[in-house]
Amino acid sequence: MAERRFGEVILAVQDISLSFGGVKALTSVSFEIREHEIRAIIGPNGAGKSSMLNVINGFYHPQEGSITYKGVTRSRMHPHHAASHGIARTFQNIALFRGMSTLDNIMTGRVHKMKANVLMQALYWPARREEVENREFVEHIIDFLEIQAIRKTPVGRLPYGMQKRVELGRALAAEPDLLLLDEPMAGMNLEEKEDMCRFVLDVTEEFGTTIALIEHDMGVVMDISDRVVVLDYGEKLADGVPAEVREDQAVVDAYLGVAHD
Amino acid sequence: MIYREAGQFKTSYPADRAIFPIVQDRYFVAAIALAAFVAVPLLASEYWLVTIMLPFLVLSLAAIGLNILTGYAGLLSLGTGGFMACGAFAAYKLSTAFPELHIIGVFALSGVITAGVGVVFGIPSLRIKGFYLAVATLASQFFLVWLFNKLPWFTNYSPSGVISAPPRALFGDVFVTGSSATPEAKYLFALTAVCVLALLAKNMVRGNIGRKWMAIRDMDIAAEIIGIPMLRTKLLAFAISSFYIGVAGAMWAFIYTSSVEALAFGIERSFQVLFIIIIGGLGSILGSFLGAAFIVLLPILLSNAPQLIGLQIPVDMVTHLEFMIFGALIILFLIVEPHGLARLWSIAKEKLRLWPFPH
Repeated sequence: MAERRFGEVILAVQDISLSFGGVKALTSVSFEIREHEIRAIIGPNGAGKSSMLNVINGFYHPQEGSITYKGVTRSRMHPHHAASHGIARTFQNIALFRGMSTLDNIMTGRVHKMKANVLMQALYWPARREEVENREFVEHIIDFLEIQAIRKTPVGRLPYGMQKRVELGRALAAEPDLLLLDEPMAGMNLEEKEDMCRFVLDVTEEFGTTIALIEHDMGVVMDISDRVVVLDYGEKLADGVPAEVREDQAVVDAYLGVAHD
Repeated sequence: MIYREAGQFKTSYPADRAIFPIVQDRYFVAAIALAAFVAVPLLASEYWLVTIMLPFLVLSLAAIGLNILTGYAGLLSLGTGGFMACGAFAAYKLSTAFPELHIIGVFALSGVITAGVGVVFGIPSLRIKGFYLAVATLASQFFLVWLFNKLPWFTNYSPSGVISAPPRALFGDVFVTGSSATPEAKYLFALTAVCVLALLAKNMVRGNIGRKWMAIRDMDIAAEIIGIPMLRTKLLAFAISSFYIGVAGAMWAFIYTSSVEALAFGIERSFQVLFIIIIGGLGSILGSFLGAAFIVLLPILLSNAPQLIGLQIPVDMVTHLEFMIFGALIILFLIVEPHGLARLWSIAKEKLRLWPFPH
């Protein structure tokens, strides 16, 4: 793989602490994500990985710390603001709109690009051009993800692997600058995982999208990510390129356990 | 065989997202439109026009309104009757206070007023959903009917609490409301209004706003993270739904019954419209029409059925039987096809692609 050039820091979290009542989900976690990189967040179950993603896109509000996104520092994000400023995500448990077709699901990802008001849409013709332009973009994504055949199928009827792919498509439709993937390969067989890895790598190469992903398959993480941050019990254990992290004693201890004498 | 899209290629995105993408569908719809606009007014008796076609059209419109809210946006409402009353009384106050206002303006404005009321009662929907929201809208149902019943200002101090539609002409001396309006004029006016509004509704639900509504219905958290503004989109669903229901209420009072009291828009009306969309199909504009036809026609069919097969049954017995059979049919129907008549229709279309060949 050709060496990609990483740009400026697109997102930095500083000293983020998040707790739910007495449960501390994250304790003073800091790391940064650079443009065009694939940044993996790993850690054992309950380490606070999904909470971290939820903090980044504003679904959870941390009690302490700040988030710097595209040079603007805030104490917390709002989902609406995050979405309209180029953060898109997929979910651990697929959160597609089950009653809608693949096409409509991906079209919904483009709500921010569509400006026609309700009256214009009701009259059809004033909103037609916008609808067609966005449809063209969505068809590119459908081609990119190789899901042409299921364009009109309600997503509730699709197999699991396809649903994951449609969800990636919905996130890509927003033309995000930062894409958050919460376990994109969970529950997949080897072939599906290889497909998904290919899509993730192609996304950064073709669109230059920055990706933060949570994944449990260490083979996948070590292969495709540029840098890895390791969380355990809500604290940051290690941060660095995959080879470093793999050798880190604290990380090995967290995953394999420590012998108690 | 007869319903095959073979050889019909779409070469543009507009063609692909047409309402009736298949040629056979377009012929079918043209035939239905021709029958509705030409054959029915010429051939149907006054009884058919006034007691079957008018309530069918008005209830279809109300059902489209409720379907936008419940079927598309997934917000359960039991306040349909109250919002219909709101539309009816708004139309009455508008047409008596401003006699020179055109009847189309009266209907449109009463829809707008109902939309405003709907938005106010829709505010709780940001916090609550499902059955709890249904109970909150139930409050609006009882409050609105109580209000129109108790405050004599709404009925222009009529001692009986009944409002009568003043005669209004569409143009010249073509009256569409009041005692001098012919059933044909009323029917054609209602049909045109319902067709236009149904087309607008269809355009909304297949457009961006329809996708936003369905996104909130199917997975509200994901919709919020994508960046769909919750409050605005939900309130818009309430506003547009209430607009349709308000116009339907105004048409009920002015075109169908001509004189009406607030109690005609009781909780039974809310349930009637809810049954229409459940039987017709949630999240389907076509289903609103099919469900309304089912609800309006079935009781008439049931009450006439004994005579048709030569049975002599006492009238009160017929009424009781009608209730029992009607209830049983609804239950049976929901078990056999929970997605409503619209789903049956699409299954039939799927089957017709092959019929009469096995493959």
